[in-house]
Amino acid sequence: MTSLSLVRRIRARPAIVFDAVTTAEGIVHWWGPDAGPVLLSEADPRVGGRFRVRFRMLDGTEHESSGEFLEILRPTRIVMSWRWKGGLEDPGESRVEISLRPIPEGTELTFTHAQLKDDATSRSHQAGWMGSLDKLEAHFAEGSRASASP
Amino acid sequence: MVNYHKRLDRTFAALVDPTRRAILGQLERKDGASISDLAEPFAIKLPAVMKHLDVLEDAGLVTRSKSGRTVTVRLRPQPMREAMAWLRRYERFWLQRLDGLAAYAESKEAEARSKGP
Repeated sequence: MTSLSLVRRIRARPAIVFDAVTTAEGIVHWWGPDAGPVLLSEADPRVGGRFRVRFRMLDGTEHESSGEFLEILRPTRIVMSWRWKGGLEDPGESRVEISLRPIPEGTELTFTHAQLKDDATSRSHQAGWMGSLDKLEAHFAEGSRASASP
Repeated sequence: MVNYHKRLDRTFAALVDPTRRAILGQLERKDGASISDLAEPFAIKLPAVMKHLDVLEDAGLVTRSKSGRTVTVRLRPQPMREAMAWLRRYERFWLQRLDGLAAYAESKEAEARSKGP
């Protein structure tokens, strides 16, 4: 998987979603992956500004991600570089794009995380087995997929 | 956790070989094949196919059962599911993040509305 794309509808106007994503106060409220606390949240939402989020999961492990805002257009578009530090294996730098489109019920958010490179996924691409794996997955995964991808 | 990573290593190592992937592909079309069925499309000898089956079986991707003189090979989905789950961990991670974001933004929206324009 070298890129991931998700679409989510949110019952809130784009400006509210945008601020939740780009401000330290916003991030601290929604970021924690499980019920673990967000330990640190920094964001300087302008082109060239940086962000940093550090959180602890319920299993006690701490993780940090950081990056730079590459494009920022309130309230419709955010592009940032992205990098994991600490507890997780470091898969290198990647790119996150968030587009916010106004819809009658609020906002349609399109999220893309591109250039996800880690050793196993690049090895798998070199070996060229993604295609067969996808087919096998389709065979096996009837009803068992944990998540819906668009 | 160590076992989990060992299993993933074995699954990915098993899948890296094109002949083994082709064998899995054959089983995907017709589960419960005999070893000679599986060997048929390949220009390799039966013992080489057996070796590939050993690797696939060690990785838990297939099972072999013997009935009389016939060995039947079947797919076993669990390691593949684990491997896919591992590959999709980013997806899970972000789906959860976006749920958190939606819940927060929706509460802010409700707050903004209750204050009025």
